Amino acid sequence: MTARVALVLVSHSAELARGAAELAGQMAPDVLVRGVGGGPDGGLGTSLDAIQKNLAEVLATLADAARADGAGDSGAPVGRAPDGGGVVVLGDLGSSVLTVESALELDESLAERVVLARAPFVEGAVAAAVTAHGGADLDTVLASANASARMFAAIEAAQSPEASGAASAGETGGSRTVTVRNPLGLHARPAALVSRKVAELGAAVTIDGVDASSVLQLMALGATQGRELRVEATGDGAAEAVATVVAMIESGFGEV
Amino acid sequence: MALDADWAERWVRRTADAIADAKDELTELDRQIGDGDHGENMHRGFRAVVARFDDAAAERGTPDERTVGDVLKLVATTLMSTVGGASGPLYGTAYLRAAKVSGRPQIDPPAVVAVLEAALEGVASRGKATVGEKTMVDAWQAAVDAAEAAARGGGSEVDVLRAAAEAADKAATGTIPMVATKGRASYLGERSAGHEDPGARSTALVLGAAMAAALAGPAPADPRSAA
Repeated sequence: MTARVALVLVSHSAELARGAAELAGQMAPDVLVRGVGGGPDGGLGTSLDAIQKNLAEVLATLADAARADGAGDSGAPVGRAPDGGGVVVLGDLGSSVLTVESALELDESLAERVVLARAPFVEGAVAAAVTAHGGADLDTVLASANASARMFAAIEAAQSPEASGAASAGETGGSRTVTVRNPLGLHARPAALVSRKVAELGAAVTIDGVDASSVLQLMALGATQGRELRVEATGDGAAEAVATVVAMIESGFGEV
Repeated sequence: MALDADWAERWVRRTADAIADAKDELTELDRQIGDGDHGENMHRGFRAVVARFDDAAAERGTPDERTVGDVLKLVATTLMSTVGGASGPLYGTAYLRAAKVSGRPQIDPPAVVAVLEAALEGVASRGKATVGEKTMVDAWQAAVDAAEAAARGGGSEVDVLRAAAEAADKAATGTIPMVATKGRASYLGERSAGHEDPGARSTALVLGAAMAAALAGPAPADPRSAA
């Protein structure tokens, strides 16, 4: 557990919360992801007490981890998240979101460490988890979750004929095609691996026109075995980034 | 007669009774245009509130140390913890904001108006709703407007609360022909017309209980008998 940003996923349904946390956690093993679901009576609904309890526990875990790393002992008060760290919360529907907002209003000291994303529950959780896995700070993880709301429009735009023409006209650090080798293609785990690597590299990389640092956009490509993908990059280290991503895809992600 | 913390407690106990009586009606309203849990959720919430006050009464020392805000804060946190649906944080925020402006042992008519205004502001900001969207905001806004007018005219606490309760009741009925544009009922679009909004109805019950608690005055002995 090294990521400084944790996720709390609040759903009306305990099973939905648990499932979303499992999915997001599998793609970002370094990130603390907690699912909180169900009402006070255990049925569908939202429990303020459960939200407060989980936020407190997650913040305490982050603070402990920061102290253990020696990063959080710069005079920060006990229980406070490390610099740039904190918790991104996602809610699924009406009362989950309202109850999280109420929890933040009841304890104003939470406001600097806990932020509520405005994002689709599953897509936002996955995107935030993968971003947090790379060690990103609270604002960056929040932005990643919120950007997932625009994912569908972004994919449509990237796959339209005009967009692909415009992309190839730009100054690029190279463009290569690569064939997907592993049987399941660019599913959740490989997509997470690629997007995390791209985020590390710093260059702006696209795969078939979509942003390769976005795990969601990669998954939405639906690229299965045998499909040819065009990898392009711009910016610092673009050529190296293209080569790295192509090599990852060619390797079959350890699944061939 | 200024209103004190004991009035506030009578208010919430009477609200619990009113909600219990109307539980099936609220659920039926919500079944028509929502998810059918408003009556049960509110009933569970206010039952928990009464239980907290019963527990607190056993250990409370001198009751005159309590402020009106103390009572309302306890209602807020209890509703948020126990209601389970959207009305938990909505009513919870209403009581929480009301508590913030009533941290005094007694409140006079202008302060009663301030309490209602704070509650309206809480519901509207938490629910991101405004008047005319067929929500509880319609009842709260009507209540605040009427309460302000009554206070400006020199009305007593009871006058202010009566005006608020009557206006909320009328506004709840007034939601019947409206088409919902916020909340679960908005998914129904035009089909939401012809049904009363359950949140507006429960708001009318809450404010009716506030008036009744002020009219009843302090209970002779056990505060629980006022419920």
